[in-house]
Amino acid sequence: MADVVEVFRSPHVLEYPYVRSTGPIVGGYLSGLRDGKILGATGAAGRVIVPPTEYDPDTAEELSELVEVGPGGVVTTWAWVSDPREDAPLSEPFAWALVQPDGADTGILTPVAASGPDAMASGMRVTASFLPSAERQGRVQDLRCFVPEEAS
Amino acid sequence: MTEENLAPVTMLSTPIRLDYDFTAGLAQSKTLAGYAQGKFIGQRCPKCKQVYVPSGGSCPTDGVAMDEVVELPNTGTVTTYCIVNVPFAGQSIELPYICGQILLDGANISFMGLLQEIPTDEVRMGLRVEAVWVPEDELGPNLSSVKYFRPTGEPDADYETFKEYL
Repeated sequence: MADVVEVFRSPHVLEYPYVRSTGPIVGGYLSGLRDGKILGATGAAGRVIVPPTEYDPDTAEELSELVEVGPGGVVTTWAWVSDPREDAPLSEPFAWALVQPDGADTGILTPVAASGPDAMASGMRVTASFLPSAERQGRVQDLRCFVPEEAS
Repeated sequence: MTEENLAPVTMLSTPIRLDYDFTAGLAQSKTLAGYAQGKFIGQRCPKCKQVYVPSGGSCPTDGVAMDEVVELPNTGTVTTYCIVNVPFAGQSIELPYICGQILLDGANISFMGLLQEIPTDEVRMGLRVEAVWVPEDELGPNLSSVKYFRPTGEPDADYETFKEYL
Protein backbone atom coordinates (compact mmCIF):
# COMPACT_ATOMS: atom_id res chain seq x y z
CA MET A 1 0.00 0.00 0.00
CA ALA A 2 1.37 3.35 -1.01
CA ASP A 3 -0.54 5.50 1.48
CA VAL A 4 1.59 7.87 3.51
CA VAL A 5 1.34 7.33 7.24
CA GLU A 6 2.51 9.88 9.76
CA VAL A 7 4.46 8.04 12.43
CA PHE A 8 3.63 9.45 15.83
CA ARG A 9 6.25 10.09 18.46
CA SER A 10 5.74 11.54 21.93
CA PRO A 11 7.59 12.01 25.21
CA HIS A 12 6.70 9.58 27.99
CA VAL A 13 7.56 9.75 31.67
CA LEU A 14 7.21 6.76 33.97
CA GLU A 15 7.81 7.60 37.61
CA TYR A 16 7.28 5.70 40.85
CA PRO A 17 7.38 7.92 43.95
CA TYR A 18 8.68 5.23 46.32
CA VAL A 19 9.19 5.93 50.01
CA ARG A 20 10.99 3.29 52.01
CA SER A 21 11.75 2.82 55.67
CA THR A 22 15.44 2.87 56.48
CA GLY A 23 15.82 0.76 59.60
CA PRO A 24 18.19 1.86 62.39
CA ILE A 25 21.52 1.30 60.60
CA VAL A 26 20.82 2.99 57.26
CA GLY A 27 18.71 5.56 59.16
CA GLY A 28 21.68 6.17 61.45
CA TYR A 29 23.98 6.65 58.46
CA LEU A 30 21.53 9.11 56.85
CA SER A 31 21.00 10.94 60.17
CA GLY A 32 24.80 11.27 60.35
CA LEU A 33 25.01 12.70 56.84
CA ARG A 34 22.29 15.19 57.70
CA ASP A 35 24.40 16.21 60.71
CA GLY A 36 27.52 16.51 58.52
CA LYS A 37 29.15 13.27 59.70
CA ILE A 38 30.07 9.98 58.03
CA LEU A 39 29.24 6.95 60.16
CA GLY A 40 30.38 3.37 59.77
CA ALA A 41 29.41 0.14 61.52
CA THR A 42 31.89 -1.67 63.73
CA GLY A 43 32.03 -5.26 62.59
CA ALA A 44 33.91 -8.38 63.61
CA ALA A 45 37.46 -7.81 64.89
CA GLY A 46 36.89 -4.05 64.96
CA ARG A 47 36.59 -3.73 61.20
CA VAL A 48 34.72 -0.52 60.31
CA ILE A 49 32.30 -0.87 57.39
CA VAL A 50 31.09 2.25 55.61
CA PRO A 51 28.40 2.85 54.53
CA PRO A 52 27.28 0.76 57.50
CA THR A 53 25.70 -2.64 56.86
CA GLU A 54 23.11 -4.27 59.09
CA TYR A 55 25.07 -7.52 59.17
CA ASP A 56 28.79 -8.23 59.12
CA PRO A 57 29.60 -9.36 55.56
CA ASP A 58 32.03 -12.01 56.85
CA THR A 59 30.35 -13.43 59.96
CA ALA A 60 26.68 -12.42 59.37
CA GLU A 61 26.72 -11.07 62.95
CA GLU A 62 24.09 -8.37 63.49
CA LEU A 63 25.71 -4.95 63.78
CA SER A 64 24.49 -2.06 65.91
CA GLU A 65 27.44 0.15 66.85
CA LEU A 66 28.01 3.19 64.65
CA VAL A 67 31.28 5.15 64.75
CA GLU A 68 32.30 8.36 63.04
CA VAL A 69 34.88 8.13 60.23
CA GLY A 70 36.48 10.72 57.92
CA PRO A 71 35.94 13.45 56.90
CA GLY A 72 39.33 12.88 55.19
CA GLY A 73 40.00 9.78 53.16
CA VAL A 74 41.90 8.11 50.34
CA VAL A 75 40.78 7.43 46.76
CA THR A 76 41.28 3.72 46.12
CA THR A 77 39.93 3.64 42.54
CA TRP A 78 38.10 6.03 40.23
CA ALA A 79 36.55 6.63 36.80
CA TRP A 80 36.30 10.01 35.09
CA VAL A 81 32.90 11.26 33.90
CA SER A 82 33.65 13.75 31.13
CA ASP A 83 30.04 14.27 30.06
CA PRO A 84 27.73 14.16 33.13
CA ARG A 85 24.15 13.12 32.42
CA GLU A 86 21.28 15.33 33.47
CA ASP A 87 20.70 13.36 36.68
CA ALA A 88 24.38 13.07 37.65
CA PRO A 89 25.23 14.29 41.18
CA LEU A 90 27.48 17.06 39.80
CA SER A 91 26.83 19.12 36.70
CA GLU A 92 30.54 19.67 35.91
CA PRO A 93 32.79 16.77 34.83
CA PHE A 94 33.78 14.73 37.90
CA ALA A 95 35.08 11.34 39.01
CA TRP A 96 33.11 8.44 40.44
CA ALA A 97 35.49 7.09 43.05
CA LEU A 98 35.75 4.60 45.85
CA VAL A 99 36.91 6.65 48.83
CA GLN A 100 38.07 4.95 52.02
CA PRO A 101 37.45 7.45 54.84
CA ASP A 102 40.04 7.70 57.61
CA GLY A 103 39.16 5.13 60.27
CA ALA A 104 37.18 2.95 57.85
CA ASP A 105 38.16 -0.37 56.31
CA THR A 106 35.91 -0.13 53.23
CA GLY A 107 35.17 2.49 50.59
CA ILE A 108 32.18 4.67 49.71
CA LEU A 109 31.18 5.07 46.06
CA THR A 110 31.07 8.85 45.77
CA PRO A 111 31.64 11.71 43.35
CA VAL A 112 35.00 13.49 43.59
CA ALA A 113 35.02 17.08 42.30
CA ALA A 114 38.43 17.49 40.67
CA SER A 115 39.64 19.85 37.96
CA GLY A 116 40.20 17.00 35.51
CA PRO A 117 41.37 13.39 35.17
CA ASP A 118 44.97 14.59 35.53
CA ALA A 119 44.09 15.77 39.04
CA MET A 120 42.89 12.26 40.00
CA ALA A 121 45.06 9.40 41.24
CA SER A 122 44.59 6.28 43.30
CA GLY A 123 46.03 7.01 46.73
CA MET A 124 45.25 10.74 46.62
CA ARG A 125 43.88 12.40 49.77
CA VAL A 126 40.35 13.81 49.63
CA THR A 127 37.94 15.28 52.14
CA ALA A 128 34.16 15.26 52.43
CA SER A 129 32.16 18.23 51.14
CA PHE A 130 28.60 18.35 52.51
CA LEU A 131 25.67 20.44 51.34
CA PRO A 132 25.04 23.47 53.57
CA SER A 133 23.26 22.26 56.73
CA ALA A 134 19.99 24.00 55.78
CA GLU A 135 19.84 21.94 52.55
CA ARG A 136 20.61 18.56 54.11
CA GLN A 137 17.58 16.24 54.31
CA GLY A 138 18.94 12.91 55.50
CA ARG A 139 19.73 11.63 52.02
CA VAL A 140 22.86 10.18 50.43
CA GLN A 141 23.09 13.40 48.42
CA ASP A 142 23.72 15.36 51.66
CA LEU A 143 27.34 14.23 51.22
CA ARG A 144 27.67 16.20 48.00
CA CYS A 145 31.09 14.84 47.04
CA PHE A 146 34.70 14.58 48.13
CA VAL A 147 37.25 17.18 47.05
CA PRO A 148 41.05 16.94 46.78
CA GLU A 149 42.47 17.70 50.23
CA GLU A 150 44.81 20.51 49.09
CA ALA A 151 41.79 22.25 47.46
CA SER A 152 39.70 22.19 50.62
CA MET B 1 18.40 24.66 66.23
CA THR B 2 21.24 22.32 67.08
CA GLU B 3 21.81 19.14 65.12
CA GLU B 4 21.11 17.03 68.20
CA ASN B 5 17.49 18.25 68.18
CA LEU B 6 16.69 16.64 64.84
CA ALA B 7 14.78 13.35 64.94
CA PRO B 8 16.57 10.28 63.53
CA VAL B 9 15.96 9.58 59.84
CA THR B 10 13.54 6.67 59.48
CA MET B 11 12.09 7.16 55.98
CA LEU B 12 13.71 7.80 52.63
CA SER B 13 12.12 9.04 49.41
CA THR B 14 13.55 7.09 46.47
CA PRO B 15 11.62 7.99 43.31
CA ILE B 16 12.62 6.23 40.14
CA ARG B 17 11.96 7.88 36.82
CA LEU B 18 12.16 6.89 33.17
CA ASP B 19 12.00 9.77 30.72
CA TYR B 20 11.88 8.67 27.09
CA ASP B 21 10.42 9.23 23.63
CA PHE B 22 7.98 6.63 22.36
CA THR B 23 7.75 6.06 18.61
CA ALA B 24 4.48 4.39 17.70
CA GLY B 25 5.58 2.79 14.42
CA LEU B 26 3.50 2.39 11.25
CA ALA B 27 0.74 0.12 12.54
CA GLN B 28 0.01 1.92 15.80
CA SER B 29 0.28 5.28 14.03
CA LYS B 30 -2.59 4.21 11.75
CA THR B 31 -4.68 3.40 14.82
CA LEU B 32 -3.72 6.72 16.44
CA ALA B 33 -4.54 8.66 13.26
CA GLY B 34 -7.91 6.87 13.33
CA TYR B 35 -8.62 8.15 16.87
CA ALA B 36 -8.04 11.71 15.57
CA GLN B 37 -10.86 11.04 13.07
CA GLY B 38 -13.14 9.36 15.59
CA LYS B 39 -12.57 5.88 14.12
CA PHE B 40 -11.27 2.55 15.36
CA ILE B 41 -8.62 1.26 12.93
CA GLY B 42 -7.35 -2.32 13.14
CA GLN B 43 -5.48 -4.73 10.92
CA ARG B 44 -6.25 -8.21 9.57
CA CYS B 45 -3.73 -11.04 9.49
CA PRO B 46 -3.32 -12.30 5.90
CA LYS B 47 -2.92 -15.86 7.21
CA CYS B 48 -5.39 -16.43 10.05
CA LYS B 49 -7.74 -13.56 9.03
CA GLN B 50 -8.05 -12.41 12.65
CA VAL B 51 -8.59 -8.67 13.16
CA TYR B 52 -6.47 -6.95 15.80
CA VAL B 53 -7.31 -3.52 17.23
CA PRO B 54 -5.14 -1.76 18.12
CA SER B 55 -2.69 -3.52 15.85
CA GLY B 56 0.97 -4.00 16.62
CA GLY B 57 1.76 -4.51 12.93
CA SER B 58 2.41 -8.24 13.03
CA CYS B 59 0.16 -11.17 13.88
CA PRO B 60 1.01 -12.52 17.34
CA THR B 61 -0.05 -16.03 16.25
CA ASP B 62 1.50 -16.27 12.78
CA GLY B 63 4.32 -13.74 13.10
CA VAL B 64 3.59 -12.25 9.68
CA ALA B 65 3.18 -8.60 8.78
CA MET B 66 -0.40 -7.36 8.61
CA ASP B 67 -0.97 -4.93 5.78
CA GLU B 68 -4.76 -4.92 5.44
CA VAL B 69 -6.28 -1.99 7.30
CA VAL B 70 -9.76 -2.57 8.73
CA GLU B 71 -12.07 0.13 10.00
CA LEU B 72 -14.17 -1.17 12.85
CA PRO B 73 -17.60 0.02 13.94
CA ASN B 74 -18.37 2.03 17.04
CA THR B 75 -20.19 -0.84 18.70
CA GLY B 76 -19.07 -3.87 20.66
CA THR B 77 -19.65 -6.23 23.55
CA VAL B 78 -18.37 -6.19 27.13
CA THR B 79 -16.60 -9.54 27.53
CA THR B 80 -15.61 -8.98 31.16
CA TYR B 81 -15.25 -6.05 33.54
CA CYS B 82 -13.94 -4.79 36.85
CA ILE B 83 -15.61 -2.28 39.18
CA VAL B 84 -12.92 -0.05 40.62
CA ASN B 85 -13.64 1.01 44.21
CA VAL B 86 -10.16 1.50 45.60
CA PRO B 87 -8.53 4.92 45.34
CA PHE B 88 -4.95 5.05 44.06
CA ALA B 89 -2.30 7.66 43.28
CA GLY B 90 -2.89 9.47 40.00
CA GLN B 91 -6.56 8.45 39.80
CA SER B 92 -8.54 10.84 37.61
CA ILE B 93 -12.00 9.23 37.38
CA GLU B 94 -14.62 9.45 40.11
CA LEU B 95 -15.09 6.23 42.09
CA PRO B 96 -16.63 3.77 41.67
CA TYR B 97 -16.19 3.26 37.96
CA ILE B 98 -16.30 0.31 35.57
CA CYS B 99 -13.34 -0.83 33.57
CA GLY B 100 -14.54 -3.13 30.79
CA GLN B 101 -12.93 -5.34 28.17
CA ILE B 102 -14.59 -4.28 24.92
CA LEU B 103 -14.76 -6.59 21.91
CA LEU B 104 -15.61 -4.37 18.95
CA ASP B 105 -17.92 -5.97 16.38
CA GLY B 106 -15.69 -7.61 13.78
CA ALA B 107 -12.59 -7.62 15.98
CA ASN B 108 -10.88 -10.74 17.32
CA ILE B 109 -9.31 -9.16 20.36
CA SER B 110 -10.72 -7.01 23.16
CA PHE B 111 -9.26 -3.89 24.70
CA MET B 112 -9.84 -2.02 27.93
CA GLY B 113 -12.35 0.82 28.04
CA LEU B 114 -14.18 2.97 30.58
CA LEU B 115 -17.92 2.24 30.91
CA GLN B 116 -20.29 5.04 31.87
CA GLU B 117 -24.04 5.81 31.81
CA ILE B 118 -24.83 2.54 33.61
CA PRO B 119 -25.02 1.92 37.38
CA THR B 120 -22.16 -0.29 38.56
CA ASP B 121 -24.56 -3.01 39.76
CA GLU B 122 -26.11 -3.34 36.30
CA VAL B 123 -22.98 -4.01 34.25
CA ARG B 124 -22.70 -7.58 32.95
CA MET B 125 -20.82 -9.80 30.55
CA GLY B 126 -22.38 -9.58 27.09
CA LEU B 127 -23.57 -5.99 27.57
CA ARG B 128 -23.78 -4.22 24.19
CA VAL B 129 -21.97 -0.89 24.18
CA GLU B 130 -20.96 1.93 21.86
CA ALA B 131 -18.10 4.41 21.98
CA VAL B 132 -18.77 8.02 22.90
CA TRP B 133 -16.14 10.25 21.34
CA VAL B 134 -15.09 13.68 22.55
CA PRO B 135 -16.37 16.65 20.47
CA GLU B 136 -14.80 16.82 17.00
CA ASP B 137 -12.57 19.79 17.79
CA GLU B 138 -11.08 17.87 20.76
CA LEU B 139 -10.25 14.69 18.80
CA GLY B 140 -6.55 13.83 18.79
CA PRO B 141 -4.24 10.93 17.90
CA ASN B 142 -4.65 9.27 21.30
CA LEU B 143 -7.10 7.13 23.24
CA SER B 144 -8.36 10.19 25.14
CA SER B 145 -10.47 10.80 22.02
CA VAL B 146 -12.72 7.97 23.25
CA LYS B 147 -14.58 9.55 26.14
CA TYR B 148 -16.09 6.26 27.30
CA PHE B 149 -18.38 3.44 26.23
CA ARG B 150 -22.10 3.35 27.09
CA PRO B 151 -24.88 0.79 26.72
CA THR B 152 -26.65 0.74 23.36
CA GLY B 153 -29.86 -0.72 24.81
CA GLU B 154 -29.69 -3.74 22.51
CA PRO B 155 -30.28 -7.22 23.97
CA ASP B 156 -27.13 -8.74 25.51
CA ALA B 157 -24.81 -10.69 23.24
CA ASP B 158 -25.00 -14.47 23.55
CA TYR B 159 -22.11 -15.89 25.63
CA GLU B 160 -21.21 -18.19 22.70
CA THR B 161 -20.36 -15.12 20.58
CA PHE B 162 -17.59 -13.89 22.87
CA LYS B 163 -16.48 -16.88 24.96
CA GLU B 164 -13.35 -17.23 22.81
CA TYR B 165 -12.22 -13.74 23.84
CA LEU B 166 -12.13 -13.98 27.61
